Amino acid sequence: MSGVRVLVGTRKGAFVLTSDGKREKWDVSGPHFAGWELFHVKGSPADPNRLYASQCSGWFGQMIQRSDDGGKTWAPVGNKFVYDGVPGTHQWYDGTAHPWEFKRVWHLEPSLTDPDTVYAGVEDAALFHSTDGGQNWEELSGLRKHGSGPKWQPGAGGMCLHTIILDPTNPERIFIAISAAGAFRSDDAGKTWQPINRGLKSEYIPDPEAEVGHCVHHITMHKSRPNVLFMQKHWDVMRTDNAGDLWTEVSGNLPTDFGFAIDVHAHEPETIYVVPIKSDSEHYPLDGKLQVYRSKTGGNEWEALTRGLPQSDCYVNVLRDAMAVDTLDSCGVYFGTTGGQVYASKDAGDNWTPIVRDLPAVLSVEVQTLG
Amino acid sequence: MIRVVLPAHLRTLCGCQGEVQLEVRGAVTVRAVLDALEDRFPMLRGTIREHVTQQRRPFLRFFACAEDLSQDSPDALLPEAVATGAEPLLIIGAIAGG
Repeated sequence: MSGVRVLVGTRKGAFVLTSDGKREKWDVSGPHFAGWELFHVKGSPADPNRLYASQCSGWFGQMIQRSDDGGKTWAPVGNKFVYDGVPGTHQWYDGTAHPWEFKRVWHLEPSLTDPDTVYAGVEDAALFHSTDGGQNWEELSGLRKHGSGPKWQPGAGGMCLHTIILDPTNPERIFIAISAAGAFRSDDAGKTWQPINRGLKSEYIPDPEAEVGHCVHHITMHKSRPNVLFMQKHWDVMRTDNAGDLWTEVSGNLPTDFGFAIDVHAHEPETIYVVPIKSDSEHYPLDGKLQVYRSKTGGNEWEALTRGLPQSDCYVNVLRDAMAVDTLDSCGVYFGTTGGQVYASKDAGDNWTPIVRDLPAVLSVEVQTLG
Repeated sequence: MIRVVLPAHLRTLCGCQGEVQLEVRGAVTVRAVLDALEDRFPMLRGTIREHVTQQRRPFLRFFACAEDLSQDSPDALLPEAVATGAEPLLIIGAIAGG
């Protein structure tokens, strides 16, 4: 019997939502780690019972929690994130040099093949990995030591490494994205990196086409086409067909191309989803209408998906890691809001229903399809 | 035995209830107490003081015997009443909403 497990990180704890393959009735477990911020919870593709969670607090710092039974029980593992060598400086908001300081883990990306290997994207931006189930963490410092590091600067949410994508066909290739430095690619398993921001245009930086400095909000890939990436930039929805060597804008007829979340259909690699947000100073949907936009053509041509979503007086946000899909035959799409709702569609976005609606502000949503 | 009162979230994290009682050998200082605390509850490493610098985390304070000891050297002797177990060392989180 197939089933779905939705892993939800919120401002005040983690929740695990489970359903059978019908996706009609949902069991809600949580809050786990009540009162802590759960930036991200994600399961291992190699062992769905192995989950990792980033738990943090302004008072007590960073914890990493691990579950080996699908989220029923958890245990803290290593939380020592120390930059390799002398960290140096990046740009502060005012353009002055500011020392690199570890603040929190934004994103955990388990290996596609080894449950004990997991990557962590952190603020201030750096990439760490663990090969012992999260007990010990080592920085892949080639990224931070890329010559452009001193030019990186924080976005409003902090200088976070928030996206990590592992190429399923090439274990040497990793993509990451940083707000506000941009996207980077490694072709040697994280030892060395190159910026992949050609084609991005950001009017809010001195050189709109600079090599680094772009506020990339999120990137997604369909596993069948690892050279095709879709990006929600601060403004602009972009795609690349050559692993980031060149990006082209595919915002097309979107009513606003600002947003955070972007994801791709599990079975249709040209079908992508975004949640347009009014602007960077108004982090809520246009006209109080919560609408997911879907393109079945890999961008440019978009349709609004509204059935089941509030179409008046809705002023929530959908954050960058708060959208995910399942891999059941009829692809399920899920997203969480800062208003505490998690919406699900079991028909690829045509119809939506809230599967839980009064959680703390949702920071992240990940989905596991259980066989 | 040295008595330590932890903030609620740290009690949950280390699975303890009420005060923690610790044996501290040698001089009873904040550093010695935290070393003993972290030896007993390794998951608390990094939550009260930073991993590398060993600096107190900025939203935490150390109180004892109606005094704020937060700015004292971590190697300063704690009050006799703490050393004898008559009074606890309080680790307090900043009051904040949200």
